[in-house]
Amino acid sequence: MKIDIVLAGVGGQGILSIANIIGYAALKKGLMLKQAEVHGMSQRGGDVQSHLRLADYEIASDLIPKGQADLIISVEPMESLRYLPWLAPTGWLITNDNPFVNIPNYPDKEVIDQEFTKLPHKIIIPADNMAKELGSARSANMVILGAASPFLAIEFEALEEAVSDVFASKGVDVVNINLACLRAGREFALQNQ
Amino acid sequence: MSKLLLLGDEAIAQAALDAGISGVYAYPGTPSTEVMEYVQKSKQAAEGGVHRQWSANEKTAMEAALGMSYAGKRAIVCMKHVGLNVAADPFMNSAVTGANGGLVYLIADDPSMHSSQDEQDSRFYAKFANIPVFEPSNQQEAYDMTYEAFAFSEKHRIPVMLRVTTRLAHSRAGVERKKALPQNEIKLLENKKQFILLPAIARGLYRELLAKQPKLEKEAETSAYNKYIPGEDKSMGIIVTGIAYNYLMENYVGKKCPYTVLKISQYPVPTELVRRLVSECDTILVAEEGAPVIEESLKGMLDNGPKVKGRLDGTLPRDGELNPNLMAVALGLKDTYGSDVPKIVAPRPPALCTGCPHIDSYALINEAMSQYSPGRVFADIGCYTLGALPPYNAIYTTVDMGASITMAKGASDSGLRPVIAVIGDSTFTHSGMTSLLDCVIENTPITVFILDNMTTGMTGGQKSHALGKIAQICKGFGIPEEHIREITPLKKHHEENMAIVKEELEYEGVSVIIPIRECVQTLKKRLTKK
Repeated sequence: MKIDIVLAGVGGQGILSIANIIGYAALKKGLMLKQAEVHGMSQRGGDVQSHLRLADYEIASDLIPKGQADLIISVEPMESLRYLPWLAPTGWLITNDNPFVNIPNYPDKEVIDQEFTKLPHKIIIPADNMAKELGSARSANMVILGAASPFLAIEFEALEEAVSDVFASKGVDVVNINLACLRAGREFALQNQ
Repeated sequence: MSKLLLLGDEAIAQAALDAGISGVYAYPGTPSTEVMEYVQKSKQAAEGGVHRQWSANEKTAMEAALGMSYAGKRAIVCMKHVGLNVAADPFMNSAVTGANGGLVYLIADDPSMHSSQDEQDSRFYAKFANIPVFEPSNQQEAYDMTYEAFAFSEKHRIPVMLRVTTRLAHSRAGVERKKALPQNEIKLLENKKQFILLPAIARGLYRELLAKQPKLEKEAETSAYNKYIPGEDKSMGIIVTGIAYNYLMENYVGKKCPYTVLKISQYPVPTELVRRLVSECDTILVAEEGAPVIEESLKGMLDNGPKVKGRLDGTLPRDGELNPNLMAVALGLKDTYGSDVPKIVAPRPPALCTGCPHIDSYALINEAMSQYSPGRVFADIGCYTLGALPPYNAIYTTVDMGASITMAKGASDSGLRPVIAVIGDSTFTHSGMTSLLDCVIENTPITVFILDNMTTGMTGGQKSHALGKIAQICKGFGIPEEHIREITPLKKHHEENMAIVKEELEYEGVSVIIPIRECVQTLKKRLTKK
């Protein structure tokens, strides 16, 4: 088995926090992992992506070949579309619906939504709002991860365990809010899939 | 031992620690920065008292490491590819003196220029200097080859270049560690002339260096990292180097590559293995991450040898990094592709952060220069290079570290008035100080903005050597105090700052304006830590 994921967002949005949880759970399960990250100048408010590859065999390339990604997980709607060349015809696009506007020519919401309607497999999730309602606007990434969880081939319990372990040092309240966000995201995906 | 999930850079750092280094020397530069950062956070390094402070620039870093090696201890120097240009002097000459304690030069190349000014391939430099190169293709090899490089360096008494590229430096995978070795004791050489490059001595040492070459090549011929993997189909043989090997293998997941593959990770190029491949196969495909170094020498000037495909004939692109899709096409396999990026997706280039002090400095510069023709602002390398982009469109040049001041000097020498240099605090102490001294000696009419954000910003906020010292340095150079102007770049001070800038632009001599305000990124990090 293999799962190839393109993580997308804008520099500073913390896409690697999603990768950390998935990676943690995958390693515990004994899967192989490769994760290509972006460091340096692009982190300054530019588009950023990370290729996360999981498999039960030795992974060759650090980069996912175009047309072969199983998932795009994005914390920003327009950015999710930037990586469509990588998405396999059977792949899913999971994205936050809340735009991050730091450029003058950011497209209108309707235009972006039109592009989403063309895609056969997608989950567009109001992660920022959901996280805020659950008490932590900063945990939107966990809502998005929850929405991606049905497609990850990692048991949900393993992801919950990873969230608990990774956030453990920040106290039980932080763990619980992040778990709630993760579950809410998953619930949303299962209903809207 | 269980596996650690490490970036290529981190695997190198951990391997160097496990190989018993006594020091890391470096100047931050993407994609090499994380080696030093890893060592700085390492408990093992702290307990072993391993030197782990940043240096002023790559040249001082390399020289310090050289000194540590001459004293008998193991050291690693880390820099990006263009940093090696700065350190080229000690680099070339250290090949001639040779090493004593194991000495490794980690050079991180940046094909596709993700964060760089060019995509020079450091393997040219290694050939130039006649030193061996280790070029790992994955994180485990990065660990293993680094670990072994120190002993190799001591065995042949020569510095070893460890060459990685961005993709390996910044990609994570599981890595298995080896046993941690103790550090070397101090051990000075019996021969007290080994490290003195007086011409009469250097001639002998250079001959020694040349005499080492067949031995180094023999090592490469038998290296476990240079693999000859026979295939059934003899119509083509493939030479792959470093990480290109992974892109090749990605195209044969779950099956065997039908062609014979020569994977090269250790140089000098193992010519016997190459000869064997050429004799067994009809054509040769060469896939190198970087420049066509091997491909060019295989083709030769006359191109009357074997039929060679690669970057030079368009089978692979002439520039940029490789990937699995480019390899698929080169192999004649079916390429895969998702769907096009919708036209509505707008480019999102990196930009100065909200609240960045450079924004206020560029507001001053742009207003001051609005009455003159453009092309008078000579900039440097750092976040403030983003002043090239809209809405600022503020700068005319960016070439190399420290060049802003001397380029502005040349323009001033040519009669252009006024001219401005824009340089960051860390870049100033990296290699802008000598440029400023040139201006002071001639009292060149020039206004130098030294943007002091109190850190090395672009690479993630490393400690700057310039911290709290810039005005003092300028004073020491002999710039009159009334022309060293420290200002606070904030909107609310714009008018008073503007008056200062205008005064200094009119001054027929060297003046320095130092806008001082902390980088918002390091400020944020500092406040969250509290």
